[in-house]
Amino acid sequence: MKSFTGKTLRWNWNDGVVELTLDRELANEIGAAMLGELEKFVAAFDALAPETSVCIISSARKHGFSAGADLRELYEGAARLDGGERLAGVRQFLERIHAVMNAIDAAPFVTIAAVHGICFGGGLELALVCDIIVVDRMARFAFPELRLGLIPGFGGIPRLKRDLGNGFVRDLLFTGRSVNATRAHAVGLVSQLAAEGEALNVARSNANQIRKFDPYTRAAAKKFLKPIPFEELRREIDLFCELFTRPAVMAALKKFVESTDAMPYLP
Amino acid sequence: MRTVEQTTQEVLDLAAKHFQVAQGSLAPDDDFFKKLGINSLQALELLSRLENHFGIELPDYEVQGVSDFRTLASRIQSRL
Repeated sequence: MKSFTGKTLRWNWNDGVVELTLDRELANEIGAAMLGELEKFVAAFDALAPETSVCIISSARKHGFSAGADLRELYEGAARLDGGERLAGVRQFLERIHAVMNAIDAAPFVTIAAVHGICFGGGLELALVCDIIVVDRMARFAFPELRLGLIPGFGGIPRLKRDLGNGFVRDLLFTGRSVNATRAHAVGLVSQLAAEGEALNVARSNANQIRKFDPYTRAAAKKFLKPIPFEELRREIDLFCELFTRPAVMAALKKFVESTDAMPYLP
Repeated sequence: MRTVEQTTQEVLDLAAKHFQVAQGSLAPDDDFFKKLGINSLQALELLSRLENHFGIELPDYEVQGVSDFRTLASRIQSRL
């Protein structure tokens, strides 16, 4: 399928480059609907691969790349279920999103995240599976999960550790603070800075260069450069599920999603 | 070294420019959420704009609960 338009995203193939555009109100929160459409996208990889050199993932939403997991959907879905069913539901969602992330991570073409605005939690995890991250100077990154009593659940910690020194990983996780594009670039979280509003254009320029290379060599280099930390990813799912059973997590999610403050409280 | 008054004025000017309101229409004690009608995502945009302008990092937890320009400027001043 060379093009698709769904409720939360769309993709379009043109001359060896497939562009996946996230487009869900308000800021591409990743819930069941987006997960289902991401599954459709990775299912198209086999058909796209022979004629595709590069995939660019970007956002059509004004506020940014993605605010991360849809916490309202997570909380409301979990609140309707009892303990055992709740945990089974969360685990099933995580297994599915991990399968998507692993597929994009290992995609048989070069993947580029073109990021503007906020790129938090699950959104940052989506960017981290890409081979190259190009960011607008106003982009902002965070893993706020510990502020809710959780850890990132879409593969964030193993992939951060793959790319970065542990000192910054701990800073990001243990403070839950968000960092700007300059800082993210300085620590190697992202590889290229673009002017405001130019991340997608810079990503397209990258794609034009990457397309010139021999596809076999490019795929071999990618496999060699970017091993997927499967064992740690598996442990992350287990730890997330273990933490999710704690009543404090549901209480924190409730407080967050029910907040009517302009800036919802996070510890 | 900027004075806190200078910092406050720069914060007001940047906020006015970013959210496209008239220069001079914002005051130090204004609640920026109410005065500008912005949400948390837009507040983060302002934070990035301010960090880039002042060349600092201002962790979210230092501005949690801050809603007026004067206090925001004092947090920035402590990082200059």
